[in-house]
Amino acid sequence: MEYNVKVWRQKNAKAKGHFETYHVTDVEEDASFLEMLDILNDQLIRKGVEPIAFDHDCREGICGACSLYVDGRAHGPDDQVTTCQLFMRHFKPGATITVEPWRSAAFPVIKDLVVDRQAFDKILQAGGFIAELSMDAAACVGCGACVATCKNGSAMLFVAARVSSLALLPQGKPEAARRARAMVAKMDELGFGNCTNTRACEMECPKHVTIDHIARLNREYLKARFSE
Amino acid sequence: MADSKLISKIPEGPLAEKWSKRKAEIRIVSPNNKRKLEVIVVGTGLGGASAAASLGELGYNVKIFCISDSPRRAHSIAAQGGINAAKNYQNDNDSIYRLFYDTIKGGDYRSREANVYRLAEVSAAIIDQCVAQGVPFAREYGGYLANRSFGGVQVSRTFYARGQTGQQLLLGAYAALNKEIAAGSVKSYPRHEMLDLVIINGEAKGIIARNLVTGEIERFGAHAVVLATGGYGNAYFLSTNAMNSNGSAAMQAYRKGAFFANPCFAQIHPTCIPVHGDQQCKLTLMSESLRNDGRIWVPNNMEDVLKLRKHEIKPSQIPEERRDYYLERRYPAFGNLVPRDVASRAAKERCDAGYGVNETGLAVFLDFADAIKRLGHQRVEERYGNLFQMYEKITSSSPWEEPMMIYPAIHYTMGGLWVDYDLQTTIPGLYAIGEANFSDHGGNRLGASALMQGLADGYFILPYTIGDYLSHKFAEPKTDTNAPEFAEAEKAVLDRIEKILAVKGTETVDSIHKKLGHIMWEYVGMARNEAGLKKAIEEIGELRKEFWKTVRVPGTNEEFNQELEKALRLVDFFDIGELMARDALNRKESCGGHFREEMQTEEGETKRDDENFMYVGAWEYKGEGVAPELHKEPLKYENIKIATRNYKD
Ligand SMILES: Cc1cc2nc3c(=O)[nH]c(=O)nc-3n(C[C@H](O)[C@H](O)[C@H](O)COP(=O)(O)OP(=O)(O)OC[C@H]3O[C@@H](n4cnc5c(N)ncnc54)[C@H](O)[C@@H]3O)c2cc1C
Ligand code: FES
Repeated sequence: MEYNVKVWRQKNAKAKGHFETYHVTDVEEDASFLEMLDILNDQLIRKGVEPIAFDHDCREGICGACSLYVDGRAHGPDDQVTTCQLFMRHFKPGATITVEPWRSAAFPVIKDLVVDRQAFDKILQAGGFIAELSMDAAACVGCGACVATCKNGSAMLFVAARVSSLALLPQGKPEAARRARAMVAKMDELGFGNCTNTRACEMECPKHVTIDHIARLNREYLKARFSE
Repeated sequence: MADSKLISKIPEGPLAEKWSKRKAEIRIVSPNNKRKLEVIVVGTGLGGASAAASLGELGYNVKIFCISDSPRRAHSIAAQGGINAAKNYQNDNDSIYRLFYDTIKGGDYRSREANVYRLAEVSAAIIDQCVAQGVPFAREYGGYLANRSFGGVQVSRTFYARGQTGQQLLLGAYAALNKEIAAGSVKSYPRHEMLDLVIINGEAKGIIARNLVTGEIERFGAHAVVLATGGYGNAYFLSTNAMNSNGSAAMQAYRKGAFFANPCFAQIHPTCIPVHGDQQCKLTLMSESLRNDGRIWVPNNMEDVLKLRKHEIKPSQIPEERRDYYLERRYPAFGNLVPRDVASRAAKERCDAGYGVNETGLAVFLDFADAIKRLGHQRVEERYGNLFQMYEKITSSSPWEEPMMIYPAIHYTMGGLWVDYDLQTTIPGLYAIGEANFSDHGGNRLGASALMQGLADGYFILPYTIGDYLSHKFAEPKTDTNAPEFAEAEKAVLDRIEKILAVKGTETVDSIHKKLGHIMWEYVGMARNEAGLKKAIEEIGELRKEFWKTVRVPGTNEEFNQELEKALRLVDFFDIGELMARDALNRKESCGGHFREEMQTEEGETKRDDENFMYVGAWEYKGEGVAPELHKEPLKYENIKIATRNYKD
């Protein structure tokens, strides 16, 4: 199989980025999307072109490292998958596929498709450390698709996944109010946007974390403000 | 005779009292002195994250390093099945002794009694600790924690959180780590890869790391260093390990004097999705739990095999009498639930005989048709629904209609840095925990015991034992990273990078790594023999030369450069592969995951040689191009009767 890959190239955080289009050949029918990028990189290196940088590790949808915006959707045109679980059979042979990094002020590009997501660690360090989560919210892999998809660049779904189930488990109750306040404050400080309930995050979340958790976060946050 | 260089420091006294006795002897560092002490932890998997969080909470100054952009993404996150603990919640007469016994037996009598007993002893506390952190373990209807059973044991002691146990445990440890980072006791260095260990006056005093974003080579000093860098299964190129898993940190330590134990013990997992071509770089594990209800078979005649390969017939169209349920045939007592090594070899045996069911001839069926008939669609859906879905996503074939295809793949490495009872390597001040050490699993690891070991090491063992070493160190000043030893190590790292970039050849790193993988799988894989192992050593040597002549790594050091990262790791994989082959050559017995074709019974079962090989083989580095020296730590079994593993009756 052959494809055209229109991909964002950016040398480093300071450089200006641009799109390049490459032709990739000899992609097996059962190849995954990231394997297609491996093949393309192999072909680029042999031609003397610098390979495309992208984050990945587990390649089974659980580590949250892979983070590509494919044909206008976070993690590409399949539902409830991360990019590493996306397969080339979802694309027509010969198609031109557009690949971009997460685009968010809070996630600056490091190189090509690799972004800096340390802001997520910082939010959790502000208070997300009693892992008090109900299993559904706990499925979050911290990939950042919610932020990348949101027109406001909001991290509400990510924060909500951590905070919302305080009410559901017995541990960590005494710190609940402080936690909600601290994490929301940190999120604002790091430049993430507000939630305007467009639900795009929920649609693109590979783990199907729903915005019900945002509602719960809002309740927790309000409670916390009153207890101030 | 015990080797004078391998002092295992196993406490005297009855087995059940050894750990209490050791803890009582360990000198304690006072809180104000802890503040003066610095510890480096490399790795943020279950081992590293739990150790760093515990050390931070105790009051030490900790620096923690990982390759990924966040500590939470360490390879441990991918563990699916569960974690063992001798809680006896099911009242099925489980006990510390039974978990100890199962682990020694499962490891084919090649692990230390004292270490394994301690592991079983602290296992219960792990579950309590994780529950306190809010890890959402599966619960019964009434709210009690639920258990399931895993291969090679007869009780139900595995705790789990859906199919995401590793993720939930790691998020618990990561949360504990975040608390310490916020408190300032731990400083986190993500996207930093350790490239060398620094030794001063014979003691581990720091590391050289590459900042993966800028390429800067940085120096970090401490009073002690802990390696929690995981296993080396990616020497085979294709494995179930995460892409960035590697064995480099252990190799750096080895080259600086740490002994490497039992490198040839690697675990091959029987139920992985088969390789689909030569463009793959990662294999996907299908959970072991599937073997509880799935039946494994191949056709018993070549005609059907050939038709299957040409897609002229569907597996479901092959009638019962033309099928060979070979595990049930060979091992009537355990059937499809034999341990991993046995199931893997049996699949290879059938495929080598020509009965493999896909185009490559390297696949067998795992069939749920009977289970669906017996249990009904709904119960099968409840048990395996998510796994079926995952399988279908990857292969576009539905296990509801046709059997899954599976084949063995490298999954875990039991070998690792040699450590004493305190988890200290042969280099004073250098500790190894988790999959990076060799300590507890002998020749074969039982399912759900790696997570247990990582957390036992990190939460409950290392934080105590390292205190004994550090209690002598608080009067020492901070390690000076301007010391000549740091400069020297840094220069060696920069030279190596420069040398790699200067080759400017024609081959990509992955294409060479793939070749190494082929050599390893062919000669150091599921079945090994003397001629093959010698050939492997020779071919790896040739390939290493080829690498230094033909590799092409674009770009520079002073930037984010993933090809350079991979090349640096591959250089160490050559050494690991060679060491594995050497160890396998030396170990002329079949034991656990290590099968020497010369040593088998007439029925093709493993033949252990306790008289000559009941020891830990620890290798000492002797210099580049020089054969390493083997040291032997004899294993003594005083509390367990040694037996032959038997899964037939
Ligand atoms: C698919 C799969 C499923 C599994 N399921 C189970 C299960 O159900 N139950 C079970 O008990 N076990 C399971 N295992 C095994 C288990 O997951 C691992 O053995 C265990 O998680 C290893 O933990 P660790 O802390 O030792 O290392 P890892 O989790 O591998 O972490 C290694 C860390 O070291 C870092 N690192 C490595 N090298 C360097 C370097 N040079 N510089 C800086 N950082 C470095 C990495 O970035 C990472 O943070 C499974 C394994 C696989 C592959
Ligand atoms: S690579 Fe881990 S989620 Fe995609």
